[in-house]
Amino acid sequence: VSTVAAVRSALAEVADPEIPAISIVDLGVVEGVTVTDDEIRVELLPTFVGCPALDAIAAAVEDRLAAFGRPVEVRFGFAVPWTTDRITERGRRQLTKSGFAPPGDETCPYCGSANVLTDNLFGPTQCRSTRYCRSCRQPFEAFKVI
Amino acid sequence: MTSAAADLVPATRNALSLLLLAMADDEFVIGFSDSEWTGIAPMLEEDVAMSSLAQDELGHAPALYRVLAEVVDDGRDADAIAYDRPVEGYYHARLLDHGRGDWADSIARRYLYDTADAVRLEALSTSSFGPLRELVGKIRREERYHEMHMTAWIDRLASTGGEPRERLLAALERLASDAATVLSPLPNELSLVMAGIIDATGEELDARWRARIGPTFERLALPMPPPAADPVNARTNHSEAFRWLHGEFTAVRSTQPGATW
Repeated sequence: VSTVAAVRSALAEVADPEIPAISIVDLGVVEGVTVTDDEIRVELLPTFVGCPALDAIAAAVEDRLAAFGRPVEVRFGFAVPWTTDRITERGRRQLTKSGFAPPGDETCPYCGSANVLTDNLFGPTQCRSTRYCRSCRQPFEAFKVI
Repeated sequence: MTSAAADLVPATRNALSLLLLAMADDEFVIGFSDSEWTGIAPMLEEDVAMSSLAQDELGHAPALYRVLAEVVDDGRDADAIAYDRPVEGYYHARLLDHGRGDWADSIARRYLYDTADAVRLEALSTSSFGPLRELVGKIRREERYHEMHMTAWIDRLASTGGEPRERLLAALERLASDAATVLSPLPNELSLVMAGIIDATGEELDARWRARIGPTFERLALPMPPPAADPVNARTNHSEAFRWLHGEFTAVRSTQPGATW
């Protein structure tokens, strides 16, 4: 296994701090990994420009990669914009399982009903809206399409 | 300094730094101003929405200040630019100098701002200045939700009739003389157009903005905003309301200089 592949699988164990059910890899936040003898460089894409979890994500990445025994440099950039299309199929399933409607999914993550109301385009974090299921009467959150 | 900025002649670089300062200060001031609704908005959903909008803007501002810090390259970081200036050093549009006011004031102010900002961001979407073009590409995806939400609110207040419509009309009246200041021409803006940094002058952007909001104003029978009363001072001579807000948002920083939180 090359070091890059090993680093990537280590990153797949780093959970998103706000939705721990999904890893930063499945969230599509990891754009590039460069490994040299002297350092590991990880390029990440912020989901939102002002996402307050960025420092926590960088710290978690540095922690997880410390075992590779070389300096880790984490950078955030906008050259490639993060969009919700970057969330993997597995990531979408994990979101549904933990009660979040994945981006573009108009159904209730609890009962699957399509009888759902958008209660608010905005939610408790920048990336989410709030919805209400009229079938099972469960309020839930949905990922905004970005 | 990024290589992209180093390639610019000094006059263009100065004009670029004023454009960045205008954009960053606009986002910073409206972000702080709207965050005043947190906890006291007329309904819970709007408390969440207004706070989320404010949080977006207070995320865009530091990203813009960081680009600005690289362009001016004078040793100040984004926080120093954001917080360590006297009232007179701020360069936001006078539209944002109007205090929070009532709900209709805040909705009208934000609607006018979001629509003008959308025009400005669009004009930067193919910018020759890479760091700004990339950031704008990301910011636009978020701002789309702001404009959508504000348009829904203007529609709601204007078409409900009675007190909501009266309050909206009064707010538009109060803001009228400064409504168009977001896109008022910036100093030496022609050099930005010629360098391909922005694709039009303020005058052209103002025309695009009017074309963008015209159909909504016409449908709702609202009076179109007049030209800015004092375009030369579109971003200077700040109000008492801003003087107060400045005291609020610099309070922590001035109590504990250099603190991080």
